[in-house]
Amino acid sequence: MNTNPAIIVEKLNVSFGDSHVVKDLSFSVASGESYGIVGESGSGKSTVLRVLAGLNREWGGDVTILGSKQPKVRDKAFYRAVQMVFQDPYGSLHPKKTVDDTLAEPLAIHGIEDAEARIERAMKDVGLPNSFRFRFPHQLSGGQRQRVAIARALVLEPRILLLDEPTSALDVSIQAEVLNLLQALRKERNLTYILVSHDLAVVAHMCERLLVMQFGRGVEEMTAETLAARSPQTAYAQQLLVASEGFRRQTA
Amino acid sequence: MRAPDSPTEQPLLELDNLRVNFHTATGIVRAVRGLSFTLGRERLGIVGESGSGKSMTGRAILDLIPHPGEVQADKLVYRGQNLLTMDKGSRRKLRGRHISMVMQDPKFSLNPVKTVGEQIAEAYRVHHKASSREAKERSLTMLEAVQIREPARVYDLYPHEVSGGMGQRVMIAMMLIAEPDILIADEPTSALDVTVQLQVLKILDDLVTSRGMGLIFISHDLHLVQSFCDRVIVMYGGKAMETLPAAELADESARAHRHPYTLGLLDCLPDLDHRKDKLATLKRDPAWLA
Repeated sequence: MNTNPAIIVEKLNVSFGDSHVVKDLSFSVASGESYGIVGESGSGKSTVLRVLAGLNREWGGDVTILGSKQPKVRDKAFYRAVQMVFQDPYGSLHPKKTVDDTLAEPLAIHGIEDAEARIERAMKDVGLPNSFRFRFPHQLSGGQRQRVAIARALVLEPRILLLDEPTSALDVSIQAEVLNLLQALRKERNLTYILVSHDLAVVAHMCERLLVMQFGRGVEEMTAETLAARSPQTAYAQQLLVASEGFRRQTA
Repeated sequence: MRAPDSPTEQPLLELDNLRVNFHTATGIVRAVRGLSFTLGRERLGIVGESGSGKSMTGRAILDLIPHPGEVQADKLVYRGQNLLTMDKGSRRKLRGRHISMVMQDPKFSLNPVKTVGEQIAEAYRVHHKASSREAKERSLTMLEAVQIREPARVYDLYPHEVSGGMGQRVMIAMMLIAEPDILIADEPTSALDVTVQLQVLKILDDLVTSRGMGLIFISHDLHLVQSFCDRVIVMYGGKAMETLPAAELADESARAHRHPYTLGLLDCLPDLDHRKDKLATLKRDPAWLA
């Protein structure tokens, strides 16, 4: 599978002032693969995603996406190929723009002609009725908003989607719908995903391989099967796994 | 572990047919529609999705429903005292002293311009006659009780200087310093990392066990409630779908007796042990709310 990597990260380093938040991180993601990054807050997982998306311009190391080495400032073509979905659907949609405006904007930026057809298709892909195009975000539920955010990412027909905790602000029943949608889209369009999450079960469900991060370092890379078999090698990954299984009362 | 409740012991809280209504311009919104339960010295979980009325239930018990909300009930009794006929002043005295609540997010619930220590001491002095030195000593002991390593240093920190997990422990210390009988914890660990989450739960658990406190644990996390609580109320649309022993949530053989909503919630969670191509989605039945 690794014959054609969509994303290669080599010796990535990120510092904010004195704090060194990502340290010598390397990994690669095959085309069509879904790759998970897990870790606790402050582990640097979201920062990695922001570097890949070009939102964070201060970093060192090499990032190769779809075969080309990425500069600090990305060009327009990059954003057609790589899109990101953010954690909080309440904060990531413009409150004064209709769904239609939100979806039309990336198309206008990239000068794409058949906007109408693309928007209709994106709405259909995420399972929203066409009538929703003229609603404002406050007229949508959390799950519907996240569908709009996914539609906005899809409207440019990217090849890579960067997902930053896409369901952690949602109820479990809505989470299931959004995860199913993401799975189906990936299969249909052969998308490459990087999914950042603190929820191990979600990552195991969505991804083939995952990376555990702690204090800015990659602690362990493993397959979803290793995770499901509860046999990670490092102590920290084990600890995360145990903690995610709920509360245990010491019988002492 | 815990001493089992003797049947003769008076429950801490009895609630019958609780309703919370909001009179809005577009009609009455019924946030809680007839909820009944009793709370002993136990860990009672309330789970449900957003909008199920779980937080409103906690707030109604404390008389913290904001305008234009109104609370009605056939019975709302705290240790023999009828809360429905009690005046605002007495309710206020009860609040914090006997029944208190830990909110979800320490970032928004602590006063940003006072040190955390001062806030804890203040909580104590509101309810007890004490000198400021005595209140400070009590606060330091309390900080230690919630496993903060250097209480004296943390006492003088401002909320923005403490981490999320520490902030949550500060809030718990503040709520517990008055030694309430009932603690209502509204998503106390949702903003925390899993490992910190477990430490906070351990503290709450010890307090229930050692002090015989009654805990109402409001959460959306089924796994957590199942592993932490004794009993669970599953709420949907302001109503209790069912009340069951927490251990039975995980019991596969008891599935036949479960409410379809409970099963739906359980099934739509991704599970490490049973990988499925597609997650089940929840089908809601309007008859549940009839």
